[in-house]
Amino acid sequence: MPVLSYLWIIPLLPLLGAAANGIFGGRWPKNVISAVALSSTTLAFLAAIEAVREFLSLSPGDIPWIKTYFTWITAGGFQADFALQVDQLTVIMLLVVTGVGWLIHIYSTGYMHEDPGYRRFFAYLNLFMFFMLVLILAANYLLMFVGWEGVGLSSYLLIGFFFLKQSATNAGNKAFWVNRIGDFGFLLGVLLIFRTFGTLDFAPVLSRAAAMTADPAGQIGTLTTIALLLFVGAAGKSAQLPLYVWLPDAMEGPTPVSALIHAATMVTAGVYMVVRSHAIFLNAPVAMQVVGVIGCVTALFAATIGLVQTDIKKVLAYSTVSQLGYMFLACGVGAFSAGIFHLMTHAFFKGLLFLAAGSVIHAVGGEQDMRKMGGLRKKIPVTFWTMFMATLAIAGAPGFSGFFSKDEILNEAQHVSPVLWGLGVLTAGLTAFYMFRLLFLTFFGKPQYNENKVHVHESPKSMTIPLIVLAILSVCGGWMAAPALMGGANHFKDFLAPVLSTAAEPAAAAPESSGGGEILQALIGAPVIAGLLGFLLAWWLYIKSPKTPKKLADLLSAPYKLLSGKYFIDELYMAVIVRPLVWISRNVLWHVVDEGAIDGTVNGVAFASREAGDNLRRANTGNVRSYATWIVLGVLVFTSLLLWMVD
Amino acid sequence: MVPTSYYLVLSAVLFGLGVIAFISKRNILTIFMSIEVMLNAVNLAFVSFSRLLGQLQGQVFVFFVIVVAAAEAAVGLAIIILIHRNRGTLNVENVDSLKD
Repeated sequence: MPVLSYLWIIPLLPLLGAAANGIFGGRWPKNVISAVALSSTTLAFLAAIEAVREFLSLSPGDIPWIKTYFTWITAGGFQADFALQVDQLTVIMLLVVTGVGWLIHIYSTGYMHEDPGYRRFFAYLNLFMFFMLVLILAANYLLMFVGWEGVGLSSYLLIGFFFLKQSATNAGNKAFWVNRIGDFGFLLGVLLIFRTFGTLDFAPVLSRAAAMTADPAGQIGTLTTIALLLFVGAAGKSAQLPLYVWLPDAMEGPTPVSALIHAATMVTAGVYMVVRSHAIFLNAPVAMQVVGVIGCVTALFAATIGLVQTDIKKVLAYSTVSQLGYMFLACGVGAFSAGIFHLMTHAFFKGLLFLAAGSVIHAVGGEQDMRKMGGLRKKIPVTFWTMFMATLAIAGAPGFSGFFSKDEILNEAQHVSPVLWGLGVLTAGLTAFYMFRLLFLTFFGKPQYNENKVHVHESPKSMTIPLIVLAILSVCGGWMAAPALMGGANHFKDFLAPVLSTAAEPAAAAPESSGGGEILQALIGAPVIAGLLGFLLAWWLYIKSPKTPKKLADLLSAPYKLLSGKYFIDELYMAVIVRPLVWISRNVLWHVVDEGAIDGTVNGVAFASREAGDNLRRANTGNVRSYATWIVLGVLVFTSLLLWMVD
Repeated sequence: MVPTSYYLVLSAVLFGLGVIAFISKRNILTIFMSIEVMLNAVNLAFVSFSRLLGQLQGQVFVFFVIVVAAAEAAVGLAIIILIHRNRGTLNVENVDSLKD
């Protein structure tokens, strides 16, 4: 078990890459920098594959495979180890993170080639890989929190990568602050876990949580409180209502960053954490409802905003928020394996969409407005075809990866709540619409850019090869679950079953086997039909009669303004939270507390000393006889005091 | 035999005179002498107690005081001579240039 025994090597490799580039890379040429960054991620990927190979030959008794390397913190009864853990859930995350991360590193060598911050970019990107691997390999909540905060830091650094742009700096700060709110909830949840269970290691916490009696429906007990606090953290990191506002702004970062951090991996950390803590959530019905409803509402809400965005990356950002909503919807209805399944397929197709969008932006010389593209299909065929595959996947076209994962989620949602299912199907239709709108605006119709100025060109091989690989994954990534459609086994679900068996997944399984194929077919039909309608509408509006969208926008100007203004949530937060906070900070904390109380105390002490010294100076007359008198008086006072005390 | 209280009263009177002179005199040499008076008043008290209690510590202390007084006289007189040379006066009221 060479790698499984030395698990720390997997996160260490990217850290070494980050350190080498960050500390010594200043004088290295670009090819050395990219060689260091790429080899560290490649080795991490290979090590992960080897770890998975070894893991698959373990006997079930050895799973979860936990390696404790040293005691990290001891304080009284509290102990946290530096311990790493591998189980089926980790395996999937490990392969997704290292695999997609590796592809995006390759892509970045082409995409960032002309950027003066080349070294800084790769140092940050490797640093992100390190923290993300710590997050998913951690065997206790505290170590997970280290990774959790670390990816937040890397995300902040990379969003603000173009730090000369004010908007990029602001977006970085916004992401950091909004995440603080979520992280605070997460930390409180972790503390409550320690208080309740006396440990932070996953294995004992989850088995004890599963053994506890569930909080009754409609009541908020300890487990529900823990679950809700953890979900606050998840909502922050995974951009759910009401903390999603940072993710669309995070698109200020370079496109590979949007693909890796803000689509494929980091933002799914919240889903991973919820699934990891499934035993707590399953015994907290209220929390499950909250997760499901928030996920579902976020999915719909973000999809509606995505309908009218004109910036190609913003459409994808809202789409990411929406798809993350699907994952939480899955968790909320107890279909944890479906949530992770969608996480995986989403990593493939959304990573691909962002990379392809980056390739488009690259091709048209930095333009991000879709209205100024058009007709690119023939000019950048590789980008077009790969993006087309990803669009089919996210829209849920039968046979593509997104079809399997999304339908599994909606299928399980149907058993819990028809309302959630209905909203999910509606969202599926909207998803198909905005994705095909993006595709049609970008690749079809007449070119809207200045053909004399912009020389459209296909991206270099370093960028197109990752696109092709991800396109293959986007198509085939869901086939593991394919036999389930024919009433057979769902290999993905079966693979994850041991992790989730601490508490059996509810419902789903039983009615499926007895209910027969017809209901299943009907249920699968609905999202596909919704997707088809979305596609047809997009085709009609943007290919058949391209003048209609303008008329429609004029006709429905109020709702259109609401959507293109993103429901004015940013403005609302600005008015309700940011402005009052700034006002209080300035007028109370600054002018009263800081200037008045703190500066007042410090300056007051200095002023008092100076005044006292000024006055006492007068006693220093320079007259020797007066000094003598003072001495005598002092002696008299002292001796009489002594005598008085003796008596 | 003279009672111990007589010696002590004499010692107190000498000490008081020394203090008064110390405070009221302007000539630095006189002030110096008043210090010697006070020291010897204390010596007298030591010796008296030594005889009253039949112990030798008091007399040993007197020798220490005499030694210190001799050293002090040597240093003090040197300072006084220097003051006189530099300022041409022995009046302490004029020696206040450190005041500001």
